[in-house]
Amino acid sequence: MKKTLLALSLGLGLAVSGAAQAKTLVFCSEGSPEGFNPSLYSAGTTFDASSQTLFNRLVQFEAGSTKVVPGLAESWTASADGLEYTFKLRKGVKFHTTKDFTPTRDFNADDILFTFNRMWKEDHPYHDVSGGDYKYFGWMSMGDLLKSIEKVDDYTVKFTLNYAEAPFVSNMAMDFASVLSAEYGDVLAAAGKKDDIDHKPVGTGPFVFKSYQKDAMIRYTAHDDYWGGRSNIDKLVFAINTDANVRYQKMKAGECHVMPYPNPADVAAMDKDPDINLMRQEGLNVGYLAFNTEKPPFDQKAVRQALNMAINKQSILDVVFKGAGSIAKNPIPPTIWSYNNDVKDYDYDPEKAKAMLAAAGVTNLKTNIWAMPVQRPYNPNARRMAELIQADWAKVGVEAEIVTFEWGEYLKRSKNGEHDTVLLGWTGDNGDPDNFMYVLLGCDSAKSGGNRARWCNQEFDSTLRQAKQVTDQAKRTALYEKAQVIFKEEAPWVTIAHSVVFKPVRKEVSGFKVHPLGSHIFYDGVDIN
Amino acid sequence: MLSFLIKRLLVLVPVFFGVTLVAFGFIRALPGDPVEVLAGERGVTPERHAELMAQMGFDKPIWQQYFSYIGDVLQGDLGTSLITNRPVIEEFFELFPATAELAICAILFAVIIGIPAGLIAAVKRGSIIDQGIMSFSLAGYSMPIFWWGLLLIILFSNTLHLTPVSGRLSFLFDVEPVTGFMLIDSLLGDEDGAFASALHHLVLPAIVLGTIPLAVIARQTRSAMLEVLSEDYVRTAKAKGLSPVRVIALHALRNAMITVVTVIGLQVAVLLAGAILTETIFGWPGIGKWIIFSVFSRDYYAVQGGLLLIAVCVMTVNLIVDLLYGLINPRILH
Repeated sequence: MKKTLLALSLGLGLAVSGAAQAKTLVFCSEGSPEGFNPSLYSAGTTFDASSQTLFNRLVQFEAGSTKVVPGLAESWTASADGLEYTFKLRKGVKFHTTKDFTPTRDFNADDILFTFNRMWKEDHPYHDVSGGDYKYFGWMSMGDLLKSIEKVDDYTVKFTLNYAEAPFVSNMAMDFASVLSAEYGDVLAAAGKKDDIDHKPVGTGPFVFKSYQKDAMIRYTAHDDYWGGRSNIDKLVFAINTDANVRYQKMKAGECHVMPYPNPADVAAMDKDPDINLMRQEGLNVGYLAFNTEKPPFDQKAVRQALNMAINKQSILDVVFKGAGSIAKNPIPPTIWSYNNDVKDYDYDPEKAKAMLAAAGVTNLKTNIWAMPVQRPYNPNARRMAELIQADWAKVGVEAEIVTFEWGEYLKRSKNGEHDTVLLGWTGDNGDPDNFMYVLLGCDSAKSGGNRARWCNQEFDSTLRQAKQVTDQAKRTALYEKAQVIFKEEAPWVTIAHSVVFKPVRKEVSGFKVHPLGSHIFYDGVDIN
Repeated sequence: MLSFLIKRLLVLVPVFFGVTLVAFGFIRALPGDPVEVLAGERGVTPERHAELMAQMGFDKPIWQQYFSYIGDVLQGDLGTSLITNRPVIEEFFELFPATAELAICAILFAVIIGIPAGLIAAVKRGSIIDQGIMSFSLAGYSMPIFWWGLLLIILFSNTLHLTPVSGRLSFLFDVEPVTGFMLIDSLLGDEDGAFASALHHLVLPAIVLGTIPLAVIARQTRSAMLEVLSEDYVRTAKAKGLSPVRVIALHALRNAMITVVTVIGLQVAVLLAGAILTETIFGWPGIGKWIIFSVFSRDYYAVQGGLLLIAVCVMTVNLIVDLLYGLINPRILH
């Protein structure tokens, strides 16, 4: 038996080294994609397997940054009032040839219209296919924003907006805006197989879909005619495993080259492993504790400031994040442009906090801290975090009870404002500061409940609204910097931490970059030596 | 025999409806709904929430939802997954062969080792061999699956480099799914080495999943054999001068098997429960992992359909076991 196993493992080992010469990159992915049309889904796992491998967007995020660069559009211009965006499309872009579809024409404006009208227009023949729920299109309020999309000529498309929205171009770089083939849509409609468009994907991206076995493996091959040049990797394999311990064992055994979401307990060992290059970057997220500013005494600025000072963030970082995080002082992470590094955080000062509470007339305060029941990158252990805050607040005479609910219930009740203070967080979608500040702290969100602090500050809100309407990045930066100063002074949240994302990559892989938006990109210079 | 079969099948009808009710009620009893879970921190407006719930038919009274579900089930429609938008039955049967292959290999492993081990322990009662076998089986029975799985991976995959860490087949092979059973499909394909790779990947998960049934079968075989060996007819057979092998193999084992077959039948449910953990550890693409994911994402139709189909599998196996009793001991048929 042992001999047989040895022979088998030797065979496997040799075969793996043979595969390395053929440039096969294996990514130990953390789950199965929900499907292969990124406009219908919301999970990063799905985006890695679809938008980042198979598709392109009009504009894209540069690998390793949130900078928007040309994609299927070579260039774009915005009108002075910020209401019209004209995209000049790239010529000679080929769609994938698969066993079910052979394209007869290159990518053009019809594909843009097909892609966006499918999500937008309820009477579009493909709108209701696969359920017709276009999550991010809805979340980014694209339906309200768009006034019209026109084909000016085969290679020019004009988007007209109902109101000025500077983050529009960043939205176009998001996964949901991945461009589908209108010709493929026509072929499938004629064959009565419309559903296939979402399960047998055809895109313009650097890799071509080959096969998928749910919960097991996804296979891709390099797109030979890719407009950006053929990938260095000949074959890309996603080996699916939901258990982080096992993914690490596979990395060690050389069964995969890159893995996402390592177990925090394994990070130190990975760092010492000579075969593994442990890459790290601050995540595009923020974990916070929001005060319900509609409830006394949290309607008083001084109380919020005092409770900020009463929390020892460093100890939270050490205990909860085990070093895999950095203290947050602003509502946006430092990887986002317009991050205001001049803002000064509240120092940990329980004595001063106690004095401020007394000055505000707050004694024997009894309150609650809501702790999330789930693990998130911005908060790996909310219960533990709540316990630490509870202990810190006890030192300044505040008695806090820890409350938790099932996740759906937690979100619903906190949205309704049932909490005194609530732990939550946010992971950015498009690298734009608006996607954090307006979504989480704007007055509209205070009404709809997304703003858990239920804080509506006119000066802050009008600054953000102004920033939405100008397209000049320098002006926008100045406005967001100002907003961060107001935010810190008003203290509707205790900004707690930004997580650090670790990405173990085997040493034979070169050119891989950690993407701040969490995507895994195996193009743009990624190679195996 | 026929009337026996009909009686057993009739008993299954209320069980079937009971299972649909439990599966339907279970997933709805969990707090949160699919729309909220999917929206997460991003949230969803009450209007959009109501619209999506209505689109999925969850705005209707609960009894109406149940009867419409039962109506669809009786027509063979288990609904569409709320996550992937694919028919539940299609997803289930895409993944089921992997679980079945793993479970069959695990039970074969358990039977092939467990019965002889129990037999030897019974024959050598009180000896060191007996005590050794029983201690090992107690340890096997008490072993948490996830811990045992990781231990074997660290030992056999990362230290001795004898087995792969996880998966069903090396990424070097691209076997076209025909039956869904990798051992068979890899033989049907023309890729050299694919069968060996499939077998290689199956060894550790089958051992891990088969460990608890092995322990139970060994202990059950031992106690059943001890009981039978003390019967008068065995003593008579011995007194007539039959060889010990003949006495054990022909006279004792056959009667002891009735209890053992019952236990093997009951182990099918244990195997399917254990498959959830084993599949997670070994990245085995089966229904266990799928059900768990469906529960977490409140994929109502996938959970209902999945649980129902699993229950049908367990009922079918139990029916086969009942029929096997008849073959082993024809008196049961009467």
